[in-house]
Amino acid sequence: MAKRIDVSGLHVYYGDFLAVEDVSMTIEPRSVTAFIGSSGCGKSTFLRTLNRMHEVTPGAYAQGKVLIDDMDIYGPDIDPVTVRGQVGMVFQKANPFPTMSIYDNVIAGARLNSRRMSRSAADDLVEESLRGANLWEEVKDRLGKPGASLSGGQQQRLCIARATAVKPSVLLMDEPCSALDPISTLAIEDLIHKLKEDYTIVIVTHNMQQAARVSDRTAFFNLAGPGKPGKLIEMGETSQMFTRPEKKETENYITGRFG
Amino acid sequence: MTTTDAPPAGPPPAGKRRIGDAVFAGLARGSGYLILLILAGVAAFLIIQAWPSLSANTVSFLGSREWEANTRENPAFGVAALAFGTVLAAAIALVIATPVAIGVALFIVYYADSRLASPLGYLVDLLAAIPSVVYGLWGIGFLAPQLVPVYEALTRYLGWIPLFAGPASNSARTMLTAGIVLAVMILPIITAMSRDVFKQVPQGHREAALAMGATRWEMIRLAVLPFGKSGVVGGAMLGLGRALGETMAVAMILSPALVISFALLKSGNQTIAAHIALQYPEATGYGVSALIAAGLVLFAITLAVNMSARYVVARGSKESR
Amino acid sequence: MSTTIRQSPEPDTDPLEARHGSLPRRFPLALLASCAAVVAGVLLAFSAFGALPWVLLTAASFTVILVTASARVEGHRHAADRLVTALVYGCFLLALAPLVSVLWTVIDNGLDRFDPYFLSVSMNGVLPSMDAGGAYHAIVGTLAITGMATLISVPIGLMCAVYLVEYAQGRIKRAITFFVDVMTGIPSIVAGLFIVALWIMLFGPGRTNGAAAALSLAVLMIPVVVRSSEEMLQLVSRDLREASYALGVPKWRTITKVVLPTSAAGLTTGIMLAIARVIGETAPLVLTAGSSAVSINWDLFDGQMMSLPVFIYSQVRMGGAVNYERAWAAALTLILIVMLLFFLARVIKYLFAPNR
Repeated sequence: MAKRIDVSGLHVYYGDFLAVEDVSMTIEPRSVTAFIGSSGCGKSTFLRTLNRMHEVTPGAYAQGKVLIDDMDIYGPDIDPVTVRGQVGMVFQKANPFPTMSIYDNVIAGARLNSRRMSRSAADDLVEESLRGANLWEEVKDRLGKPGASLSGGQQQRLCIARATAVKPSVLLMDEPCSALDPISTLAIEDLIHKLKEDYTIVIVTHNMQQAARVSDRTAFFNLAGPGKPGKLIEMGETSQMFTRPEKKETENYITGRFG
Repeated sequence: MTTTDAPPAGPPPAGKRRIGDAVFAGLARGSGYLILLILAGVAAFLIIQAWPSLSANTVSFLGSREWEANTRENPAFGVAALAFGTVLAAAIALVIATPVAIGVALFIVYYADSRLASPLGYLVDLLAAIPSVVYGLWGIGFLAPQLVPVYEALTRYLGWIPLFAGPASNSARTMLTAGIVLAVMILPIITAMSRDVFKQVPQGHREAALAMGATRWEMIRLAVLPFGKSGVVGGAMLGLGRALGETMAVAMILSPALVISFALLKSGNQTIAAHIALQYPEATGYGVSALIAAGLVLFAITLAVNMSARYVVARGSKESR
Repeated sequence: MSTTIRQSPEPDTDPLEARHGSLPRRFPLALLASCAAVVAGVLLAFSAFGALPWVLLTAASFTVILVTASARVEGHRHAADRLVTALVYGCFLLALAPLVSVLWTVIDNGLDRFDPYFLSVSMNGVLPSMDAGGAYHAIVGTLAITGMATLISVPIGLMCAVYLVEYAQGRIKRAITFFVDVMTGIPSIVAGLFIVALWIMLFGPGRTNGAAAALSLAVLMIPVVVRSSEEMLQLVSRDLREASYALGVPKWRTITKVVLPTSAAGLTTGIMLAIARVIGETAPLVLTAGSSAVSINWDLFDGQMMSLPVFIYSQVRMGGAVNYERAWAAALTLILIVMLLFFLARVIKYLFAPNR
């Protein structure tokens, strides 16, 4: 299920402005890759190019190559909608659909695409996805309640269940814990550990302890200079990145001597 | 592909699109363009249908006052008196409504209890919900009789001012009555716009004034009114546009005559819109075409007023940002 | 009313103020009450009591005395503040006066004839001066014409709003937004003339019917629907759209299944207010649907069609006492319909407000 991602020579533009310059990397399947770096260094922008979500912003486009296993997601015959079905995404702010119940939120991917599904298949998918998101026990008695009635941490796990219910091979997470309290954060981190059995996971985080706790590999992004585009500085095993980084810049950032 | 100095070659060509997306986007875009088409159509059809009478007209359309259009040949009609009446009625409405609207907006935003502000605003908005034909009925059935003695007093004591020259109409179905009713009708428009800008005055500006020991009125004069000026002006111009085009209240209240007169308390004058509504059922020959020509003039005036109003409002909101 | 009172007496902080005292907190209220009483007494003594002179004279004497007293005790800056406060309150009361007056006269005069008979019979076979007949045919016409106008304007207006919020960019977006604004300012009679001109070209002169009236109302209604819908669609957060896209849902399904349902209550409110706005339009209907129909006509495509506003207008034009009675009763009917729409719009907005 999980797939490898191969990025080569990727540039991201907002109109005439080059936001991210020349990123090449390989992201391994069944592992967690963390993107770290200061605000505005392009790591979230780059993350969004992995499922073409950046195209939602008017004027944004990418050049270069992104292979997911063998599929070139920027190939001429590739529909971004199909790509997003393969590469799911969880956002900074939990965003359950306010008009839908917990149940309907989980199977929103199928419902919104008017995919036919038998009642029992839907029930099974909801239970499987909620169990996968460590949320089933907490909500199984109130599946008909609105998704917005849950706590922040539960809402975020609901969003993860919703993303996994469309059976993607890759899960992108854009600072999924930055709006959560420490206990909810811990619950999500536990969940990430469990999910990497089945998915390729990429997580953007501002929290270096979090990157150290959850990720197998870490990529450090930084601006090439004030007003210049963001770049990938260094990427490696997390344990090595946090103890013996190769670049001075990385060390400065990790040890807090930044700027 | 992987060289760092690859020049930006612009966005890649859009890939294939889903049929559903293409159809839906096409429908949406079509609806957007339809708006432009309708507006262009209004102008085009009015011009086309006005042309026969305009080309057959035997007098100056813009310069003369008579209206002899219901003939099969040699029509003689002009909008001079009508255009004058239209502007006069709207000007009266504007002069009365603008100060009151500013006062109401200030009251709602800065004087009323903040919990009451939104229900009170809603009450004023209700003024806009009453149909113009009901205002007309109220004007002729209730307001005009009440105003007869007031007008008599005005001519007696202020008759030396040309505006109040006597003798006053004994039915009060005059320009001033029509103007008062129009003022009531445009009051909610000007109030709403003024209220919106007054609410947006940055708290910092207001607190700076109050911190200097300013009274509430000084705070309003120093911080609120300068900031809200463009919104008030824009609102007043939108109100003017509405007053220029308002038909029923004038058609029902005014006892019309095709004259150019500043005597607000005497019967007489007429507006373009009311003239069209009154004349249309009896129009024959070149009549309909001539009325369409008058409508074209009204359209042009209101279009110019509304466009400048939007321009003023847009410029104001850009400055305040 | 306690807001008239100075909120922060700080005589120590301002040396200019130190020389002045301030009026007691309850002074304005007490003054207002005594002015009202004295003016009433004087008017009664001259047996000239009337509501209007009483209110006006009370307001004038109150303002003059308050401002004079304030100028004496508190200084001219505070006197100016008091004067403006009085004027601002006055403006608000002045603005409410016509609302109360219109509603009162319509109810007072309209109730005479407002009964089941009036609402259920037409004017067919009734001579204008006969003490008979009702507005049923006008109610039918109003419902048919406004209904068709709504059916035309809602899809166009909504899709135009979707285009502006979800698709359009740059110059074309600014152009359409601007012209929608301009279109809201088209005088209703011009909208009527537009359809008259169109109808002459399509069907020849003198063809009046309900469909033409509905089209002219649609011209007035579309920009109102666009504006309110645009506002509502913009309230739907970007997060929800992104959540849907990230699930592999195409844009059009995201709009129809996430964006529109999320803003459904607001959209409905806006549409009802738009209906309330055009249901009372008279001028375009006089031109397009005629003003002399007396019988019940449900067919939008055949012949003249009466409507409540035109009914009021044509009865007033006839000018007899019974005609005025009919006009007032029809005005009451129309106001009730409009207020009902306003009320429903409020209820929907309240029921479906976020964080209810």
